Amino acid sequence: MSHEVVEKNIGLMALLVLLVISVGGLVEIVPLFFLKSTTEPVEGLKPYTALQLEGRDVYIREGCYLCHSQMIRPFRAETERYGHYSVAGEFVYDHPFQWGSKRTGPDLARVGGRYSDDWHRVHLNNPRDVVPESNMPAFPWLSENLIDASVTPKKLKAMRTLGVPYTDEDIAGASAAVEGKTELDALIAYLQNLGTAISSRR
Amino acid sequence: MNSDFVFSSDFWNWWIIGLTLANIFGCWWLISWSSKKRPGEAAVGDVTGHKWDENLEEYNNPLPRWWLWLFYITLVFALGYLTLYPGLGKVRGVLGWTQQNQYQEEMAAAEKTYGPLFARYAATPIPQLINDPSAVKVGQRLFVNYCASCHGSDAGGGPGFPNLSDQDWLYGGDPATIQASILDGRNGAMPAWQAVLNDKGVDEVANYVLQLGGRDADATKAEAGKQLFATYCAACHGADGKGNQALGAPNLTDDIWLYGGSPGVIRQTIANGRNGRMPAHRDFLGEDKAHLLAAYIYSLSNK
Repeated sequence: MSHEVVEKNIGLMALLVLLVISVGGLVEIVPLFFLKSTTEPVEGLKPYTALQLEGRDVYIREGCYLCHSQMIRPFRAETERYGHYSVAGEFVYDHPFQWGSKRTGPDLARVGGRYSDDWHRVHLNNPRDVVPESNMPAFPWLSENLIDASVTPKKLKAMRTLGVPYTDEDIAGASAAVEGKTELDALIAYLQNLGTAISSRR
Repeated sequence: MNSDFVFSSDFWNWWIIGLTLANIFGCWWLISWSSKKRPGEAAVGDVTGHKWDENLEEYNNPLPRWWLWLFYITLVFALGYLTLYPGLGKVRGVLGWTQQNQYQEEMAAAEKTYGPLFARYAATPIPQLINDPSAVKVGQRLFVNYCASCHGSDAGGGPGFPNLSDQDWLYGGDPATIQASILDGRNGAMPAWQAVLNDKGVDEVANYVLQLGGRDADATKAEAGKQLFATYCAACHGADGKGNQALGAPNLTDDIWLYGGSPGVIRQTIANGRNGRMPAHRDFLGEDKAHLLAAYIYSLSNK
């Protein structure tokens, strides 16, 4: 049988394997870089403010994405609970995105505005103070740590390199915007902004 | 969304179509080519001539037919799938299926099932609705889903989050007011008095407030605090301290405390103010659900 030709030439086999499996990536991933719905922001989407961006880094550092997704799927069971399903254009300023893959806690894609700042303050300090049934860990140090304002402009610059449209004024004012703020302030600013570009329920 | 298939250049449409079809037919060719008999090889059923470990030999048998056919079937399946569903670039498939359509159908089916039920509940005034156990149960489930994070799964509230199961109301406990609170939210607006009253004044007013609530207080300080209260606090909380539901100013005489009734917490409340916020739920829940939620909450204090 002719398969013998392939099996006895490991170089040829490697080449054929590479050809076959690369088609998946070339067809399913590469065109997404040129698709308008995945590369252009939805109407009303704004880049994160300096404080929100710092809050996002706290979110990543504390590993929030390990238990919370940010991706509402287009099913009734999800939109009834969380709001309008997520669309790709909401995440174009997210580097990297925080979609997550596991929901030990609820999805946070549209948590912005759902609770008051006060609630977040109490809840992040000790979730059981407001939700006795909660198994989320407490994050009491967030209210004690101050944001390091000296690196904030660099973070905005890095984001601009990745295509987020920050102006020179944004970058110049970044340090002042986060000066004296705690990590808790920043995280709450980030959370209260999540998913607010699309406000309708469906 | 119609922008799903809009590429920056039509090249990518053809890129997807070309690569996908080339891959399918390439695999087809590879399978048929590699299973072809080649001249000079041993006949089917004969050994290939290799020998390992003294007596291990290999028959020159083709792939089992059923297995080979499985390969072809997967390729036919792929072509069938791409005919029916979107996949080949901008081609939408003959079924016209989209994720959004499927979602809309799911929502429409749910609306058909639950719509009349919600409409019937919405048309029933809340004082009547609380006599319908199934309506109250639906309301309770909605409450646990949307409200319990702040107000608790028993509606008992917590520090800063009002108890909804008692007779005490900040803005009023009639059905219309409850529903308005849910739909449009509430913003507490107790200003900070530290700068006006200073430590001494805050302490005096705190003692007067403790006295109003029937708690232990320093009588001398409370007397001084009474004057300050009349000047600064009575506008919202009333001259008698019984509050004003139009402003959401709590009654201070009933010994029910939203943020806590200890001297320390009361001093803190006076000095720094309180700005409790109930988010609006009109866009998120809609009126029908708010109606049921209001009915459930109303039922807790009007059994």
